[in-house]
Amino acid sequence: MRDLLDDIDRWRAAGKRIALARVVDIQGSGPRGAGAAMAVNEDGEVIGSVSGGCVESAVVTEALAILSGEQPSRVVTFGYSDDDAFAVGLTCGGIIHLFIQPLEW
Amino acid sequence: MSPYEIFSSHVRDNSPVALATIIEGPNVGALLVVTPQGVAGGTLGNSEIDRVVSRDTMGELEAGRTIVRHYGPEGQSTPEDLIDTDTVRVFIESFSPPPLMWIFGAVDFTAALARVAKILGYHVTVCDAREIFATRRRFPMADEVRVTWPTPMFEERGDRLGPRDAVCILTHDPKFDVPAIEGALATKVGYIGVMGSRKTHEKRLERLADVGITSAEQLSRVHSPIGLDLGGRTPEETAISIVGEIISSRTGREARSLGATDGPIH
Repeated sequence: MRDLLDDIDRWRAAGKRIALARVVDIQGSGPRGAGAAMAVNEDGEVIGSVSGGCVESAVVTEALAILSGEQPSRVVTFGYSDDDAFAVGLTCGGIIHLFIQPLEW
Repeated sequence: MSPYEIFSSHVRDNSPVALATIIEGPNVGALLVVTPQGVAGGTLGNSEIDRVVSRDTMGELEAGRTIVRHYGPEGQSTPEDLIDTDTVRVFIESFSPPPLMWIFGAVDFTAALARVAKILGYHVTVCDAREIFATRRRFPMADEVRVTWPTPMFEERGDRLGPRDAVCILTHDPKFDVPAIEGALATKVGYIGVMGSRKTHEKRLERLADVGITSAEQLSRVHSPIGLDLGGRTPEETAISIVGEIISSRTGREARSLGATDGPIH
């Protein structure tokens, strides 16, 4: 998240609403560890990354739904499992858990 | 100041800080900003869970760990107390100050190494005793340029170096690199590398012996000649081979092409 702060500050100064997505856990193989983060503003601008590009666009969709209030802040999981509800996963076969919330703190 | 502002000012000042965020349970999204001194901002909803989670977060921060922990709604953390209660999952994320890289010798290779080290997130200090070479103008990418000899540098702040940090000695000059190696060996720094040809390396071993550095244990900490054998030549290629060696010495992997090895990648 360290490298997102300059852009986040700029967005906050411009009065933009922001969603923050942070990797809280990885099972199996994953390109980025816990703590990898990306942020999405209300205009759909994106900074940072949470995987090798495998799940970022799906994270943007979730983040915008959380910003608009359609979805609550929550843990979102991508990857392969029996009850897999998501079409996207990590190409390396891992499971990635992200916490996404509005940055209103 | 908001919790975010408190958090970001600590990160910018390179002072240790952690975020403890409720990711499941009551008050999802509530968070605490925690420093080694205790809670600096925010709340998880009640003073009891704040007390327990901040205590645990201070421990994780000290270890530099990022982890998910489980509690009861009032901060209960023993398994018996968690039966038949809602579970609160808390994501504890530690932000330790960036690792340090000290580069001795203000040469062309130094600028390239400093640039590559910045990409990897190091706080870079360039150190050389020659005032005309050790200038901010030549090393704008470094966080700090010091005009001093190695010995006073290590005496002043060698105790700041730890296992995540690196000392790269690029001077080629025994009157500079011998005291730099001596100084680095007296610290807990994780990586020590010294530039020079194989011939220079042999001569350097003799000079180190002259100052009493002979044990295999000490010498095994010194990577010399510095870098992986990538066959590169330019300062930039050399910089990549040096940081490649730093990474492989941290992970304990022998640096080879993944195509030539088996087993898990990460």
